Amino acid sequence: MQIPCPLCGPRDLREFSVRGHALGAKRPEGETWSVDWDDFIHNRDNPAGRTEELWFHGGGCSAWLIVDRDTVTHEVFGARLASEGGQ
Amino acid sequence: MANLTKKTAFDGLLPITKGDVTLSEITVDTITWVAPCKGKAAAVSKALDKQIGAALPGPNRMTGSDDARAVWTGPDQAFVLGKPLKPITGAAMADQTSAWAACALEGDHAAEVLARLVPIDLRDDTFAVGHAARTVLGHMNCVLMRTGVARYEIMVFRSMASTCAHEIARAMRMVVARADA
Repeated sequence: MQIPCPLCGPRDLREFSVRGHALGAKRPEGETWSVDWDDFIHNRDNPAGRTEELWFHGGGCSAWLIVDRDTVTHEVFGARLASEGGQ
Repeated sequence: MANLTKKTAFDGLLPITKGDVTLSEITVDTITWVAPCKGKAAAVSKALDKQIGAALPGPNRMTGSDDARAVWTGPDQAFVLGKPLKPITGAAMADQTSAWAACALEGDHAAEVLARLVPIDLRDDTFAVGHAARTVLGHMNCVLMRTGVARYEIMVFRSMASTCAHEIARAMRMVVARADA
């Protein structure tokens, strides 16, 4: 499996670590408890199929990526920088 | 005051030659980490060019000469190797000189040795002379630079110098053994 880092180009899986669903990069506004905060902290979908995840390119450029991939087929559709509003 | 002996990172470990490939130490006089603040990349690049005659490198590239080289080390950051820098307005800078160990792998089979340790495409069309990469060497983070057709420069954390020499020497032996078989 290769992940297309927007900076480094296609790179081997061993350079990356997965850090869960891309929801983890969507910190809700404000500090009042809400359904959004509940989702952000506790709730994650675990889909069999296409999903977006946060990946850290720690063995490379150290960028955080949002990777669009399929958990069933392992096909990777693309990756973008989380820092550039990857929502 | 204690009288300390100055030692280089690969002291007693390098050079090593196996077949046509040689691994030797490079002593870089100064390594400075330069990170332009948001929106300041162009100005910092200009200031850098004034000081060392090299612009801020884009992703996977290096600029400058062997005397003073700037190499991309990640988003919005670069290392300047060889020449000390004066402070640049709009950039965060830090001295990294004693934090890294640098070595050069040279020879016709250098790419074959490297291919055993580094998971990137080292072929000429994707990793040409003048290209650089942040990647891993075995399990170590490294900065990899292609400085010649058959010459690569590798930088790893200084504390990992002996592991780096060990890993590369092992790969060098394997490549020679394969050629002899």
